[in-house]
Amino acid sequence: MRFFATPRELRQQGVLGMNQRNVDYIMRYNPRKLYPLVDNKLETKRLALESGIAVPELYGVVEIEHQIQHIEKLLADHRSLVIKPAHGSGGNGILVINGRMGNYFRKANGSLLAIKTIQHHASNILSGMYSLGGVPDKAILEYRVDFDPMFEHISYQGVPDIRIIVFKGIPTAAMIRLPTRDSDGKANLHQGAVGLGVNIATGETSYAVHRNKIVDHHPDTGYKTTGMEIPHWDTILKLATQCADRVGLGYLGVDIVIDRKLGPLMLELNARPGLNIQLASGQGLLRNLQMIEAHPHLPTEIDARLKLAKDLGNMRIPEKE
Amino acid sequence: MNSFTVKGWALALSLIGLVLTTYKAHELGLPLTPRQNTDVWTLQAQVSFEGTGAPAKLSLFIPENTPGFMLLDEDFISSRYGLTIAKLHDNRRADWAIRRAKGDQTLYYRISVARSNLRTDWESKPDFPAAPDYPEPYASAIQAVIEDVREESADVKSYTQELLKQLNSSAPNENVELIRDKATSTGQWTREIINVLKGVRIPARTIWGIDTSDSANNAPLRPLLQVHNGDNWLTFNPETGKQGIPANYLVWKVGDRHIMKLEGGNDPAIAFSVTRTYAELIDVARQGAATRDSFFSKFSLLSLPIQNQNVYQLLLMLPLGALLVVFLRTLIGLQTFGTFMPILIAMAFRETQLFWGVIMFSMIVSIGLMIRFYLEKLLLLLIPRLASVLVIVVILMLLISLITNQLGIERLLSISLFPMVILAMTIERMSIIWEENGAREAILQGIGSLFVACLGYVVMTNENLMYLIFVFPELLLVVLGLCLWMGSYTGYRLMELVRFKGMQGKETE
Repeated sequence: MRFFATPRELRQQGVLGMNQRNVDYIMRYNPRKLYPLVDNKLETKRLALESGIAVPELYGVVEIEHQIQHIEKLLADHRSLVIKPAHGSGGNGILVINGRMGNYFRKANGSLLAIKTIQHHASNILSGMYSLGGVPDKAILEYRVDFDPMFEHISYQGVPDIRIIVFKGIPTAAMIRLPTRDSDGKANLHQGAVGLGVNIATGETSYAVHRNKIVDHHPDTGYKTTGMEIPHWDTILKLATQCADRVGLGYLGVDIVIDRKLGPLMLELNARPGLNIQLASGQGLLRNLQMIEAHPHLPTEIDARLKLAKDLGNMRIPEKE
Repeated sequence: MNSFTVKGWALALSLIGLVLTTYKAHELGLPLTPRQNTDVWTLQAQVSFEGTGAPAKLSLFIPENTPGFMLLDEDFISSRYGLTIAKLHDNRRADWAIRRAKGDQTLYYRISVARSNLRTDWESKPDFPAAPDYPEPYASAIQAVIEDVREESADVKSYTQELLKQLNSSAPNENVELIRDKATSTGQWTREIINVLKGVRIPARTIWGIDTSDSANNAPLRPLLQVHNGDNWLTFNPETGKQGIPANYLVWKVGDRHIMKLEGGNDPAIAFSVTRTYAELIDVARQGAATRDSFFSKFSLLSLPIQNQNVYQLLLMLPLGALLVVFLRTLIGLQTFGTFMPILIAMAFRETQLFWGVIMFSMIVSIGLMIRFYLEKLLLLLIPRLASVLVIVVILMLLISLITNQLGIERLLSISLFPMVILAMTIERMSIIWEENGAREAILQGIGSLFVACLGYVVMTNENLMYLIFVFPELLLVVLGLCLWMGSYTGYRLMELVRFKGMQGKETE
């Protein structure tokens, strides 16, 4: 077994490379002036609320060092919440508080934190430790998603989320990211989370990838991950499409979580979605991207677009001129 | 369309850079590699005469147009004399004058030259000479030779060649012998040939020069024949008929006027000496650039003061380092801390040498990291914490310098040139990645950065590259072109071939 693939093989698989993603998709379809809408999670949230897109409830924002004291009160009110940087990237700087034990607060992984540690974390966020370029940031405190029971057996701590790539308003690829012990409860494939491919047409899960290896069960819980049906699949696709319409970015990654009570919620948007989704879904992105690019008249109605998204897999690749 | 524009620019910039480089290398004789030695010839004309106590005026022809040679330096050693230099067509004349010259007078003119493929154009354009009235019996002899040669030739060049062949023939006919008899020296012989050429109205002249094949104390002036073919002066050896100016022949003057002229003195004498020395080609090019008047030499970095040259020598390597980073990131796909951080580290390695640089870097970063982990526990604000790390880095460097000084490892004293702020930022970033993405990722990226820094060091200290980019800064255009080209590269990165190799297995499963 070789430890690499030839460029030709990758091209046949329709694998999208980082350079091509940057030049041909991000730079071409994502106008820079729209970046702040997605890079600033507060702005994203405001936009979503305006257009009736479901998001986790915002509890509060810490903008200056002085307001850090309010965290204690918010924690008292809500018991569990998420603290994250408004300009974070790659899931960095997100702190999930699950509950309280006396004077301590329980982190997602069960460890206990003093209020001072939580405040320090917020302070780090404010000073820009997690933001791109280290510019001063704000800390967002929001509802902690209580994820759907479906994911109970196939995630370890953390919150599994669904990543959907929406290209020119059409959902093109989807995966679920399952946190593992390895990833310290983070839903980031790079850090060891499991990437689980989802069939856009059916919402059914296929093989999963963990640390670049193909698996069909969760490495920590041992539960099978293939052949599961994602609940609310149509709503999820619709939600992703609405997000793309609202922010106007042509090549967008939408992160969605399914709450036990509230259903699908949009967690965040990403103007530079990663390429790991290809590994998870076992399918290169290029094929669908090129098909959408070559499509003579893309429908404008959301329903028609969702139908097109589901049909993409069966369509023939148009001849290149 | 966009990609075409980018590639067009990339190509155009690279081409301009390369063309300028070749032009400069060729025209200015700038070598493409450093440490190339070359011969420098110093020719000295020693002029002496006996002063009579009256005002004296001495004129000496000095080299003006020196095809095949680059003028490096020239000197007039003539303390009490007033000196003016007159430019005549294809010639230059030094005129020394003094109010009162008594006793032995000696003046020197010295010129340093190095061989170069410099092409020079002769200034003067001659008129067609009038056909002279040769006295008999020469008239018929010359006429016969002219007729013979004419049958064998097509143009000025072939005519001259054929004429020289016949006149220098080892089995001369009587006409040739008659003409030959008149000449007692090569100079006179050349004049005879010019005289014959006048008969067919070909403009011709003598040039006088010195052979620089070895050091010599009494080097003679040797004549060559030049004929004008309507466009150019063609040079021939009047005795062998060989065309062209020999490689070691330095043209001293053009024409038959006497090399020197003295007014108000007795017994003028002149002697030429040739000395050969070696010099580094780049110094020669530098001197050449200074004495020459061309646009390129004026706008050359070689014309800057030396200390500024050193600064630029360093600065000009940065783009090469950046190019390396671009290559490693977009074509290979290596991850590093910060985009150009490894290059700044590489610059620091220049001072400490690679081995010690790597050791120092690893030491400071690991100790810094440990302290940084402790600082994390103290729950400090970001900026004060960064500043603390910076202070700690400086203290570490101080300690290392003091300790190594005691141990007598002088090399490490230059550690102070390590970019402290960069190190502090590296430590900060590494600790964040450590915490967020795990130790593995942090160490991998650390090693990646160090690797790029080492490569950067190798590239940025490469003597040939340093020399090339400094002498031919227009190569920066090529660097820019390459950056543009890689900027529009949409193919796979080398690392992606490994990253996505699992894709095939999945399909077939």
